[in-house]
Amino acid sequence: MTGNLQEVPRPRADPDSRLRKSERSESLRAPARRRLAGFARTLRDNGFRIGLAETGDALAVLTSPAALRPASLKPALRALFCATHSDWERFDEIFDAFWFGRNMRQRQILSGTPSAPHAPARRLAEAQVPQEALGLPDQVERRSDSAETPADGRGRREGASRTELLTATDLRHIVDPDDVAATHALAARLARIMRVRLVRREQIRKRGRRLDLRRTIHRNISHGGTLLDLAWRRRKIKPLRLVVLLDASGSMSLYTAFFVRFLHGVVDAFREAEAFVFHTRLAHVSPSLRDRDVTRAVEKLSLMAQGIGGGTRIGDSLATFNRWHARRVINSRTAVMIVSDGYDTGQPSQLAEEMRRLRRRCKKIIWLNPLIGWRDYSPQARGMQAALPYIDLFAPAHNLASLAALEPYLVRI
Amino acid sequence: MSLKREEIADKLATAGYVADHDIATALWLMDFLKRPLLLEGEAGVGKTEVGKALAAVHGAELIRLQCYEGLGQNAALYEWNYQRQLLAIKARESIGENADAIEEHIFSEKYLLERPLLAAIRRDKPPVLLIDEVDRADEEFEAFLLELLSDFQVSVPELGTIKATAIPRVVLTSNGTRELSDALRRRCLYHYIGFPDVDREAKIILTRVPGIDAVLAVQIARMVAAVRKEDLRKVPGVAETLDWAATVAGLEIHDLRQEPEAIYETMICLLKTQEDQARVTREVSARLLGKVA
Repeated sequence: MTGNLQEVPRPRADPDSRLRKSERSESLRAPARRRLAGFARTLRDNGFRIGLAETGDALAVLTSPAALRPASLKPALRALFCATHSDWERFDEIFDAFWFGRNMRQRQILSGTPSAPHAPARRLAEAQVPQEALGLPDQVERRSDSAETPADGRGRREGASRTELLTATDLRHIVDPDDVAATHALAARLARIMRVRLVRREQIRKRGRRLDLRRTIHRNISHGGTLLDLAWRRRKIKPLRLVVLLDASGSMSLYTAFFVRFLHGVVDAFREAEAFVFHTRLAHVSPSLRDRDVTRAVEKLSLMAQGIGGGTRIGDSLATFNRWHARRVINSRTAVMIVSDGYDTGQPSQLAEEMRRLRRRCKKIIWLNPLIGWRDYSPQARGMQAALPYIDLFAPAHNLASLAALEPYLVRI
Repeated sequence: MSLKREEIADKLATAGYVADHDIATALWLMDFLKRPLLLEGEAGVGKTEVGKALAAVHGAELIRLQCYEGLGQNAALYEWNYQRQLLAIKARESIGENADAIEEHIFSEKYLLERPLLAAIRRDKPPVLLIDEVDRADEEFEAFLLELLSDFQVSVPELGTIKATAIPRVVLTSNGTRELSDALRRRCLYHYIGFPDVDREAKIILTRVPGIDAVLAVQIARMVAAVRKEDLRKVPGVAETLDWAATVAGLEIHDLRQEPEAIYETMICLLKTQEDQARVTREVSARLLGKVA
C-alpha cells in the first residue's frame, strides 16, 4: 500500500488551464511569470521539492482577482512551497535573496568556502544518499519471503565490485573523498535494510492465540450468525528500540564521521531510536539527527562531536545517561549499542557501576569496538576490562561488513 | 463562499484565536487552492486550536480524528453495527423472511456506524476535518488518508461508493514523532507554528484567562519567554503558560517581582520533568525574574 504513495493522483483546480488563461489575459504579467519560474528553480536548487503543479498554483495566486497584498505574498508562497520545517526555516532567506537581492554575497561566500572540518559532510550530501535509500524499504518489503536470503542485506547494494571492496576495508584506510561518500551512503542504507528486515521478522512471528469475538461475529454474519469462521487476535509485537551511544573522543576520531552517518541512518529508519554522543560529557543528538536535510544534520553533529578532542569519560557519560535519559528512552525491548574503543580517562570502578545499572534496565548491551578489527587486539584497556562483564555482545566495527554481521543478532533480540 | 484574507484574520480574532501574522494567509490559500493544510510545530503551540478556530471562522462543524499507532479503517472510517445486525437476523428469521431480504436489510445505512472520516464527507455543509497528530498513525494509514484526500470518496464493499456531498476543509497536525511521507507533504500546504513572541503570548493570556491584569500578562509572557531560553528537556507550551497564568492570577499576585517564592513554587506548571525542575533552581528563577523586571 505504501508503495503507491508516489503515484497517488493529485487532482486540483487544474493549474494548467489557469496558466493558459493567465497567459492570454495577462500578457503584462509575463515578466512576473518568468521571475516566478526563476524563483521556483532557485528553490529547487536549494533542495526544495517543487513540481510544476506548485508553480502553477503560485501563479494562480499571483494573478487571481482576489490578489493578495504584497506583504501577504511571502507567507502565501511559503505555505505553498515549503514541505518541511527545514524548508520553512530557509525559505525567508532565499525569498529575500531572490526578490530583493539581500544577503546574496554572504551566501555565496558561505557556500564556497571549503572549511576543512565540514568537508566530508558536504561531499557526503552531494552523494545523494537520501533519495535512493528512501525508496529501498518498500521495494524490499514487497518481495516474497522466499526471496529472503542471508545475503539479502548486502545483495541490495548491487553490482559494483568497488562496493564490495569498501565493505571490507578498514574505515581508517578509506581516504579518497568519493570512497568516503560511498562508505557513508552504504552505512545509511545498511541502517535502513536492518530496519526493513526487523519489521518483516515481526510479521512472521505474529501468531496470537486469543479469539477476537467482535471480528468473529462480523465475519460470520453471512452465516446467519453461526460461528463457523473464527478470527484470532494477534499479539502486537513492539518493534525493537535502539539506543546508540557514540564515543566521539580523540582516540575515535578516525571513525567518528562514519558512525555519525550510520547514526543518522539509524534514527531515520527506526521509528524508535535515540542517539547520544559523548566524549567528556553526554549530548542527546536525536533531534538534530531527525533533520531530513542530511548535510545539516551531519554537519551539526560533526561539530558537536568535534567539540572536545580531549579525554573520554565513559563512566561519567553513562552516569548522565542513566540518571537523566534512561527512564525515558529505555524500555524492556531496548538494545543499547555503545560504540567506543574503551579508552576511558575516568575511574574503571565508576564505569563498571554504571554498566551494571544500565544492564539491569535494558534488554541487551552491544558494545562495538573498532579496535577488535585490528590484528592482535585484546581488550586490555582498563575501562574495557571493567565493562566487559556486563556486555551481551562485544563485536568489531571497523568496517561495513562487521556492521552488517550484527543484523541477525539484532533480529533475535 | 470563500472569504478574503483580511476577513479571515478578523474572524479569527473574533473567534478568540490570537493568530500569528501569516496563518490567515495560509487559511485563505487553503480555500483558494482547495488543498489541505499541514501544521507542524512543538507540542503545545496551539496547532489543534487552529482547527477549532477555522471551524469558528466558517461557522462549520468541527470533526476531529485523533490518530494513534494502530489506528485502522474501523476506527477512522466506518464500521458495521454487528450486534444490531445479529439481532435483526434473528428477529427476521423467526418471522420467516427469506435470506436475500435479510441480507439486503442488514447491510443498509441503518446499520452503518459513521466514524470521523466518513462523517466528514457526508455533511451537507462542508465541515472542518481536523486530523490530529497524523504522525502517530501508521504509514499504511497515511497512504489510505492520501487516497481519501484526493478523491473524497469511500467505497464500502457491501454498500457501494459514497461520494462526498461537500468537500471538507482539512487540517492535519504533526508533532514530528515520525517523518511523514513526501507524497502527503506535497499534497498539503505547509505552515510551521513556532512559540508565540511576548506580545502575542500576552494577548493570548488576556483572551484566555479572564480578569487578568494586562501588566501581569506581559510579565508572565516575558517570564515564560525567558524560561524557554533555558536549556530544558520539555519547553513549556502555550497551554502551560495559560495554566501558570491562571495559577498566578488565582493566588492574587499582581506583580511577579513581589512574590519570588510563590513564583518559584508555581513554576511546576511550566516545568514538567524532574530534570527541568532540578535545573530551574531558586537562584535561576530569581535571575529570570530579574530579567523580566
